[in-house]
Amino acid sequence: MSADDRNPFSPPLPPEQARAIPWITVMLASALTVLPVIAEVPLLPPPGLLMLLAWRLLARFALRPWAAAPLGFWDDLLSGQPLGSAVLLWSLCFLAIELLETRMVYRDFWQEWLVAAVAIALCLLAGRLIALPRAIPDWPLLAAQIATSVLAFPVAVRAAAWIDRKRGPLA
Amino acid sequence: MAPVRDRRTGFSRRRQYGVFLGYVLAVAGAVVGAALLVASAFDPPLFAGLRMTAAATTAPVSTLLANATRSVADVPGAVGDWFAVHARNRQLAEQLRHQHQLLTRARGLSYENRRLRALLDLRERAAQPVVAARLVSSTAASGRRFALLNAGRFSGVAVGMPVRGPVGLIGRVVETGPNAARILLLVDPESIVPVRRTRDGVPAIAAGRGDGSIDIRSVYTTNVRFGAGDLFVTSGTGGLYPPGVPVARVLRGGRDTVQARPFAVPDTLDFALVERPFMPMPAEPGR
Repeated sequence: MSADDRNPFSPPLPPEQARAIPWITVMLASALTVLPVIAEVPLLPPPGLLMLLAWRLLARFALRPWAAAPLGFWDDLLSGQPLGSAVLLWSLCFLAIELLETRMVYRDFWQEWLVAAVAIALCLLAGRLIALPRAIPDWPLLAAQIATSVLAFPVAVRAAAWIDRKRGPLA
Repeated sequence: MAPVRDRRTGFSRRRQYGVFLGYVLAVAGAVVGAALLVASAFDPPLFAGLRMTAAATTAPVSTLLANATRSVADVPGAVGDWFAVHARNRQLAEQLRHQHQLLTRARGLSYENRRLRALLDLRERAAQPVVAARLVSSTAASGRRFALLNAGRFSGVAVGMPVRGPVGLIGRVVETGPNAARILLLVDPESIVPVRRTRDGVPAIAAGRGDGSIDIRSVYTTNVRFGAGDLFVTSGTGGLYPPGVPVARVLRGGRDTVQARPFAVPDTLDFALVERPFMPMPAEPGR
C-alpha cells in the first residue's frame, strides 16, 4: 500500500480510529438517502453497497468479514427495503468474494470491477424481488439502475482509495 | 497485482481462532439477515419503530438541506420576476378580463348547487386537515417508493391518513415516528387507490407501477374503453381517501388497463397536506 500522501512524520492514526474510518464512510454513503430529492423512479445506485464493495475489494482487511451484517442493518434502516434485505445480501456478497479470492490469485482492477458488477447486479435484482415479491420487476428500469451502479463503482473505488491513502498504514 | 500471501495465519493459535471466528460471525450475519427478512415479510410493521427512530434523526437533516436547496432554487425565479414584471402584469390583467365572465357564471352555478344540495338535504363531510408539512427525502435506491414527511406523531399524524399536495393526491401514511412519517407514494407498486372517471363516474382502480406512472384498471368485467386524457379523481370508496381529489390523467387510450400519469409530482418544493381519513377508522376487533 502506498502511504505517500500521508506526512511520514505525523504519528500514525490509533488503530481504533483507522478501523473506524471504513465503517464511517460506508454508513455515510448509506445515509445519502437523506438528500432532499423525491425520486419517482429508483435510479440511484445503492451508495452503501458500492462503498462496501470498494473497501472490500481494494483493501481486504479494512472491514472484518462479519462487518457486512451490521452495516447492512444500518442501510436497511435508511433505504426503505424490508429490514434484513441488505443484512443478508451484503453478508452473502462478502462470503462470495471470500470464496472467489481463494481461487483468483492475481487480480487487477478490471477483475475487481467485474466482480463488483456481478455482485451489484445480483444484489439489486434480489433486493427488488425481496421488496416487491408480487410485482413483476420493471426490467428496463432495473437494467438502467444496474448500469448506473456499475458505472458508479470506480467513483466509489476512487473515494475509498483516497481515504485509504490518507489514513496511512495501520499502526 | 501480485498475489497476496497475508491470508496465512501462521502458528499463532489466537490468530487462527480469530480468523475462524470472523467467518463464523459472517455466516451468522447472513442467517440473522434471512431471519429478519422472514420476520419483516410476515409482519411488515414489526420494525417500524426502529426505522422511524432512524428517520427521526435524518428528517431534520433532510429538512435543513431541503430549505437550503429551496432558497437557492428560488434565486433564478426571483431574478426573472424582477425583469419580467411588466409583461407579466399586462398578461395577468388580460387574463383577469377573460375570466371575469367565467367567474360570474361560476357564481351562479355555485349558488344553484348550494340550493339543490339544500333541497336534497345532503350532508357533506368536509376534509379535515391535520397538518401541512413537506416531503423531505425518499427511498431513491430501493424499488419501493416511500417518501419521508417532516411531521409525525407530535403533530397528530397517524398511520392510514391520506396525504395530498396542491394539485392532487400524493399517497398515504404508513409509518409514523415522533417527528417524521413515512408516506407510501401513489406510484409505489403496492399502492392501490379507488378512483372514478370525472366525465361519467366509471369506477376504476389506480395501482402504482413503480416507474413513475400508474395503472388505471377497470373494475367492471365488461371491457371499458379509456381514452387518452381521461381524468381520474378519488371515488371515496373504502373511506380512506376523500372523494374528488385529482389522481391521474391517462397517457394512452386502451381497454381495461391503461397507463396514467399522476397529477401530483411530489417534490421537496411544495407542501403536503395530511388529512384525517375520510371515514373514521373502525375500532380494531379485540380491543
